[in-house]
Parts: sequence; structure tokens; C-alpha cells
Amino acid sequence: MTTRPPQIDENPAGVDLPLEPLPGHSSRGRLERVLRRGEFAVTAELNPPDSANAQDVYERAAVFDGWVDGINAVDASGANCHMSSLGICALLTRMGYATIMQIACRDRNRIAIQGDVLGAAAMGVGNIMCLTGDGVQAGDQPGAKPVFDLDCMSLLETVRTMRDEEKFLSGRKLSTAPAVFLGAAINPFAPPYDFRPLRLAKKIAAGAQFVQSQYCYDVPMLTEYMKRVRDLGLIENCFILVGVGPLASAKTARWIRSNVPGVHIPDSVVKRLEGAENQKQEGKRLCIDIINEVKEIDGISGIHVMAYRQEEYVAEIVHESGVLKGRRPWMREAGADDALVAERLDHILHDNASEKPVDMVKNANSE
Amino acid sequence: MSGNEAQKTSAPAVTQATLVKKARGKLAYKPADVSPQRRLQRRYTMRLWSVRHARFLEWVYARFADLFLMLHPFWNAIGYARAERPVKFVERHVKGLMFDCRMCGQCVLSSTGMSCPMNCPKQLRNGPCGGVRANGHCEVEPDMPCVWVKAWEGAQTMRANDAILAVQKPVDQSLRETSAWLRVTALAAHERKNTSGTAA
Ligand code: SF4
Repeated sequence: MTTRPPQIDENPAGVDLPLEPLPGHSSRGRLERVLRRGEFAVTAELNPPDSANAQDVYERAAVFDGWVDGINAVDASGANCHMSSLGICALLTRMGYATIMQIACRDRNRIAIQGDVLGAAAMGVGNIMCLTGDGVQAGDQPGAKPVFDLDCMSLLETVRTMRDEEKFLSGRKLSTAPAVFLGAAINPFAPPYDFRPLRLAKKIAAGAQFVQSQYCYDVPMLTEYMKRVRDLGLIENCFILVGVGPLASAKTARWIRSNVPGVHIPDSVVKRLEGAENQKQEGKRLCIDIINEVKEIDGISGIHVMAYRQEEYVAEIVHESGVLKGRRPWMREAGADDALVAERLDHILHDNASEKPVDMVKNANSE
Repeated sequence: MSGNEAQKTSAPAVTQATLVKKARGKLAYKPADVSPQRRLQRRYTMRLWSVRHARFLEWVYARFADLFLMLHPFWNAIGYARAERPVKFVERHVKGLMFDCRMCGQCVLSSTGMSCPMNCPKQLRNGPCGGVRANGHCEVEPDMPCVWVKAWEGAQTMRANDAILAVQKPVDQSLRETSAWLRVTALAAHERKNTSGTAA
């Protein structure tokens, strides 16, 4: 069907189809391939729309085109209601994007979650990220019932059991196991600091194959954490992606610091933003500087860009920091049939040509 | 779509959460504690004491478990089901006082530094969430020290200080409001019988 040469990590039979399974890979997705090849990966977070319009999702994904290896579909982050991660993944996988589906334990119990994992894997979601989720009090519907039936650790273990042992938590057999690459979140910037590296070890033991961190604005702290992670020998078993993002202004930084739990922003960062003429530009610069420092740390396999409401800067940030080293991640291109239509659209719309077979035969005869 | 977009960028960023928070102030009665679970809890002075004395309590519990196991013939004679009620009564009050126990029926206090994980608003049993505040307090309830920060402190003082690293199974909700003491004893007795059975 595709007449153009297939891109790297693409199924020639169709962009939406899973890739050839490779030995040692647990998923058939693109992100795992990039990471296992040893390339520096870039993932980004899609701001989920408050709408039932598929086009909104596509537009938001299109700004990442050719710049990221995976798109995180968040599951009501901050306990604010948006389009579900499963819905976003359903739309994006159809278009061939590599999605990272987040599952938060806050909203669904183990029955619902296991069902969603199967559904997602069947749709071609290659990566699942297991989170605990923020408390309901943080979001727009504090009256909701917090579920927290599983926690991130037991969720990881559940999905791993489903994948590797081909059975539900109850022990009932699956006829096809979900082939997914398992992710988790880490936050090296929250107490108890001594426990954090051990907690990563615990997550790896439970099944995590890659982790994405909370926003990093304090590189020395991350360096310290990574030193302990290396000492524990964890970097061999897990890919670590560091969360980064531009701050829009000093005011936002201060707001985030006091209102978003788990984000640590040192004073020096706020000062630097305050001192700048164009705070937004400086926020972007700061983000690029952090990326440049972070990519040098031993054991970091990539970055996760969370540019909330500034998604259009992701491409710039990735480009200017040069983390891709000239590599171009998979990019959505129109399929052969769509390209054909686009090419002829002018003709179809404006030349008033009748293309009904009957007329065409008549025309041919009359000539 | 484009009109929509333009509106979004020009209007100041008022999120739904902000609106809800503003409206909350206007409600007639605003409860002081954040989660309903918190309203059931005692003050945490005793909990903090228990965590500080985790090593001592670990020792006490080991003796206590042995004693319960020794009483196995007795429990068997009156029947575990019949013993359940009175034992549960005692367990609820003793553990309730010391740990603010939530009677999940599958006690993991020995692996959590004697800090009951069911008091965490997210009921995490495998370690702290990512939202712990810089001062070590809970993300959900700013006035409460995070259960898991305390658990880590407690675990450091204990003999089995690596028990906190074990991955815990999800809570079996069907065991709530049952006695963990009796279950552990019955299991241990069963195990003892099995091992002695294979040895003989
Ligand atoms: S901060 Fe601590 S007590 Fe609060 S929800 Fe997170 S882990 Fe639980």
C-alpha cells in the first residue's frame, strides 16, 4: 500500500500495524526499539483535549511530528478530567504514532484496569506506564471517589504477570498476552531521598523497563540520585528518561512550586527567570540548558518533555538542544491513497469533472 | 477549531480546577480535613511514637506471634471462627491505639517500619508517592507527616530493615475487618505441620 520507502521502525504493510517482533523485545513498538538500539530517546506529553473531537487530538499530536519517539497519553493528570488515555491512544495508534498509555490507579479498580490493558494492547499500544495518580482533592472534581485499588507497584506486577505468564491476577489464562513495554514514574526530588533509588529498584523488580521522571530543575540533585542508582546497578535493567519542561515565567514557577505536589524548583531557577527580560524565552533556554547537562549524566537514556500549554516549543527545544544528533524520529506521512487524493483535490473540486464510471465510458466512446 | 484556539490563547488561563476551588469558598460548610478517611483517624501522636520504637515493637511482636502460635491447640479447640470475634475486638483496639489500624486483615506493619500504610490517603503499600512535600508531609493532607516518610524512618531502626523493599501484593478487599493475628497464626501452624510432616 505504501509506495514511498518505509521509514525506520515502520511496518511496510501499514503504519498502524505492529512492528516485527525482535528477540529480547517485549513489545512491538517503536519506543522500545529506539531505546534498545542505544539511541537517546525523546518523548513528549500530549495535552489531552476537553472535547469529543478526534481532530483536536490529531492537531495536538502533529506538533510533535518528527521530533519525538513516543507520545504520552495522560490519564487525567492532576485528577482533572480530560479525554481518557485509552481514547487518545485509540486515535493515535490508528495513525501510526507510538503512544505511551498512562494508567493511574486513582480511577479504576483491578477489574477495569486489566480489561483496559488487553484492549490497549489489541489496538497496538506498545507502551504502558503505571502510575499511582494524584489524589482527587487536587483536581476539578474533589467529590469523586478515590479508588486506589492497586498501587503503581502492584499494577506493574499485574501487567507483567499478564504479559509474561499470560494470566490475569486471578490466575485465569489469557489466550494472547499483551505485548507491552512497561514504564513507571520516578521522582528523585521528593523525600525520603534515601529511599528513592531503592524504590526504583523495587519498581524494576515489579516489572518496570523504562521510567520517566518528574520535572527536573535541580541537576545536582539528579546527579546525586543517579550516582546511587548506578551503584545499585539499576541502569542495566532500566531505561531512565528525565522529565524536563519550559517554565513560562517566574510567576508560574512560584505557583507550581507551591501548588503542584512533587515538583521541586530551586530558588536559583526562579531568580534566573526573574532576572530575564523575556521570561518565556529564558524559560526555554533554561530547559535547553538542563537538557544539555542531563544528557551527559551516565545512565540517562532520554528525555521526556512536558511542555504543558507550550507544546509548540517542544520541536524547538529538541532541535536546539541537539539531543537527537541528527536522527529524525518517525514522522507521520500521508498514506499513498491520501497523497493521491490530495494531489487531485483541485481537479476533483474545481474542474467539475464527472468521474462516474458510466460517464467515463460514454466519454471514451464519444471520442 | 481555529476560532476556538484563538479564544484559548487570548483568554487568561482559568482552569476548571481554579473555578472549582473558588466556588468551594462559597459553600456553607467546608470540612477542615481533606479526605473523609482522615476524619476517622485519631491524632497521630501515638503513630509517631510507634514508629520511633519500631525496633522494640518488632521484638514484642515476634514474642507475641510465638505465643499465639503456642496457643494454636487452644484456638483449634474453640475453633478459629469462634475465636475471631473476641480476638478481633482486642486486635482492633490495641492496634488501633498504637498504629491507627484500619483492619485491612493482612497486616504488613513489620515491612513498613511500624507505620500503617492504610493511613496513607492513597493506601499505598509499596512506598511513597511522588507528591511528598519538601517538609516530609503528605500531598493530600498537608498537616499529616507522610506515612511512608515515617515508614522509612521506622524501617531504618528495625532489625529486618530490608523488609520494606519487598513488593507487596494488592490488598485483598475481601479480608477487610478480619483478624490478621489469627490468620497469620493459622498459616504458621499449617506451615509447621507441613514441614514437620515432610521431615518425618
Ligand atoms: S504523601 Fe505519603 S501519605 Fe500522602 S498520599 Fe503520598 S505516600 Fe501517601
